[in-house]
Amino acid sequence: MMATDKFQKIIGPRPPHDELAARRLRFLWPTLFFAAAAILLIISIFLPYWSLVLHAPQYPNGLMVNAYVNHLEGDVREIDGLNHYIGMRPLGEAAQLERTVSIFAIGSLALLVGAAIFVHSPWAALLAMPAVLLPVVFLADLYFWLNNFGQNLDPTAALSNSVEPFTPTILGEGLIGQFRTVAYADFGLILATIASILILVGLYMQRRAYKPLVEAEEREGEA
Amino acid sequence: MKRTILALIILTVLIAAGCSLADRPTTAPAAPGEAGSEAAPVESAGLSADAAAIAQERGLSPDDITAALKVYQPTGVHDEYMIFASGGHSGQVLVIGVPSMRLLKVIGVFTPEPWQGWGYGVGNRVLDEGAINGRTIRWADTHHPALSETEGDYDGEWLFINDKANARVAVIDLRDFETKQLLKNPVVINDHGGTFVTPNTEYVIEGGQYAAPLGWEYDTLDNYNDTYRGAVTFWKFDREAGRIDPEQSFLIELPPYWQDLCDSGKQVSEGWIFCNSLNAERATGGVEKGNPPFEAGASQGETDYMHLINLNKAEAVFQNGGTTDVNGFAVISLQTAIDEGILYMTPEPKSPHGVDITPNGQYMVVAGKLDPHVTIYSFEKMLETIEAEKWTTDDYGVPVLALEDLREAQVELGLGPLHTQFDDQGYAYTSLFLDSAVARWSLGGEYADLHPEEPWQLVGKTSVHYNIGHLLAAEGDTVSPDGKYLVAMNKWAIDRFAPVGPLLPQNFQLLDIDNTGENMQLLYDMPIGIGEPHYAQMIKADKLEPWEVYPEVGWDPHEQALSPNAVQLGEEKVERNGSEVEVFMTAVRSHFTPEHVEIEQGDHVVWHITNVEQALDATHGFSIPGYDINLSLEPGEAATFEFDAEAPGVFSYYCTEFCSALHLEMTGYLLVKPSGPTAMTTE
Repeated sequence: MMATDKFQKIIGPRPPHDELAARRLRFLWPTLFFAAAAILLIISIFLPYWSLVLHAPQYPNGLMVNAYVNHLEGDVREIDGLNHYIGMRPLGEAAQLERTVSIFAIGSLALLVGAAIFVHSPWAALLAMPAVLLPVVFLADLYFWLNNFGQNLDPTAALSNSVEPFTPTILGEGLIGQFRTVAYADFGLILATIASILILVGLYMQRRAYKPLVEAEEREGEA
Repeated sequence: MKRTILALIILTVLIAAGCSLADRPTTAPAAPGEAGSEAAPVESAGLSADAAAIAQERGLSPDDITAALKVYQPTGVHDEYMIFASGGHSGQVLVIGVPSMRLLKVIGVFTPEPWQGWGYGVGNRVLDEGAINGRTIRWADTHHPALSETEGDYDGEWLFINDKANARVAVIDLRDFETKQLLKNPVVINDHGGTFVTPNTEYVIEGGQYAAPLGWEYDTLDNYNDTYRGAVTFWKFDREAGRIDPEQSFLIELPPYWQDLCDSGKQVSEGWIFCNSLNAERATGGVEKGNPPFEAGASQGETDYMHLINLNKAEAVFQNGGTTDVNGFAVISLQTAIDEGILYMTPEPKSPHGVDITPNGQYMVVAGKLDPHVTIYSFEKMLETIEAEKWTTDDYGVPVLALEDLREAQVELGLGPLHTQFDDQGYAYTSLFLDSAVARWSLGGEYADLHPEEPWQLVGKTSVHYNIGHLLAAEGDTVSPDGKYLVAMNKWAIDRFAPVGPLLPQNFQLLDIDNTGENMQLLYDMPIGIGEPHYAQMIKADKLEPWEVYPEVGWDPHEQALSPNAVQLGEEKVERNGSEVEVFMTAVRSHFTPEHVEIEQGDHVVWHITNVEQALDATHGFSIPGYDINLSLEPGEAATFEFDAEAPGVFSYYCTEFCSALHLEMTGYLLVKPSGPTAMTTE
């Protein structure tokens, strides 16, 4: 009896039929927002989250690396080749664990957001929060690895004397040797960020829809 | 008094010069200080004051200025057309941009080319295919390049070129601009009328030149009429394999008339081949014996013979086994060619040079060389005459059709007409060797409506400098010429360039043929300091789609496939098997792996290197001093070379391309340990 109560409390109230009929849209909105967020998250898996363009005189078309959640694309080989001069490890060695679990992890986040559709209590926020934090976590992890790579240069590398350990720019412009670098959040991260906003708005709308029901139940209980 | 006269003369000259300058519409004697101001005067030619001042200072005429503007390419702007030119005696092919006339590349073909490593570790097996009787031949008299065609139009995929001196043909792949195959003709000793392709590049045609007994046999000149023979070879090109297939190729035996240039029929005349000849007299020379020299003997008669060859019938004879074997090569005998209706002839004005087929395939244009006319033959009339079996025969029984029965028109152009090309406006262009000029003349037939002039008429002549041989117009020998540009390939430069000793460069002159009418403006002189290029072809640059880098790391350019000996990063090794050492090496900016290779004197070394780079321009070289080795390893390329380590010592191998800032560090040591204790002693 206690367990059922607790479960009831967590999943929150179900709207009565007449209430649902009268204010269908009010209850529909959070569902739409959460569903949209979950779909955007899934789509983001197939898009680069972060990209870096390197400009130098001898590369008129620039060099580019696109970081997807599970792999790297672009001129990785060439950039690795250049990085070996300053003693930076190959990019493929970075974030191996993250890349291995990323598809599963983001899929799970999307499922949790989907689950939040059916949880009409403040617990919904707990389910959706990991997805909300995804962009921040991604950037934090990116910073960790860029910093780790930039600060741990091989001291025996050819140009170790002329390039000091550094932290590459995560977003915006930087300068390394003759290379001007431009780093930016790519479509995947933008979608994930939009998903975060959608979830937050969805949570607000869900509270707005269900809070009166909860309060009404509480009043009933008191009565 | 003397001084006064001198002063007067100088004054007069100055005034005259001033007047002539003033006459030029572009001169704008604006002071340099004014040039930058907002009110800079703009002249009628649209020149800024700065530009006008430069033109005045350099003494440039308005024509000079328009010529300069027509050829100038700002940095990074690519040329609209590309020329593939014979490199003459260099044995190479030149690639030139039009209209800038900038040399873009010299492709190593018959001759070693160190930058490309051609013959110094790469391309050796191709060069060795050109050996004759076991002797390596490392030069060639390259004459006529031929771009591959699809439906009579350049397709930009393959290039062929012949070596007149040794009757060899080369196949060049335009994906990587590298030579893939050399072929020695096993039947004839030299060639001239090649290379030309059939409209879909089924065959690469190689016409012969100086008659000799077929198959490199010996006979005295007394038997010239009986055993000396001319020939035309049809090399079957296998586009899929990217190679000529000698097994599917054949040759037609011809009378010893010294066949010259050929051209392939197109459109209505597809399936026919036309070849000139220049010694119908069958002169055998011997000036030292009191005979007329060849130059006179071969020019006695009023006419020579154009050969009309039915390729379809010849192919059928070959496929039905109607050939004989000469040095392992299929030969259609002269008698078979006559019996099967493969070979006909018709007289042409004496000692002609070019035979060029109009884009619609309806006319064969023969330039007289020793006759001031071009003679235009009708293909249709030729077919009708053959149909009517209206012919006489020559001494060998070859049917000879009367010139009058085939002649469509004759146009008098000037002295020494040689070669003809076409544009898209109904004009033909013929080089005049003795006049040192290019003649523009109007075509008739269905071309007559394209131009305002009467058909078959000389329209204008432009002087070129000097003694033009071939000429080429943009796609001017295809079924759809572009017009626009024409290049005069002048044999003699004489005074056109600053003197560089007694051996002078050749001169390619670019002409603007875009406007109709009399005038063809001369735009640019390009010196060729490498050999005498005979012929060239001009293709629209966007038809070419060369690779930027090899498709995959470990690519063997010879096979155009991944090499079984490709070496990937981390898989480098040195293996010994008895006295044979196999090295598996990688090259990447800026090191070779391994950097130490230790072997023993007398070892046979097989060395594989893969350039594992995939970046544009990340080419590495690889040289071993003292062993005549220098490779060019383009991005992705895998190469294999072999040598015997005869000389002991320490050899520092290094990258010969300035590949990176650490290029000088891209080196390694080959340590060849002396074999036996005596070798250690120094005397």
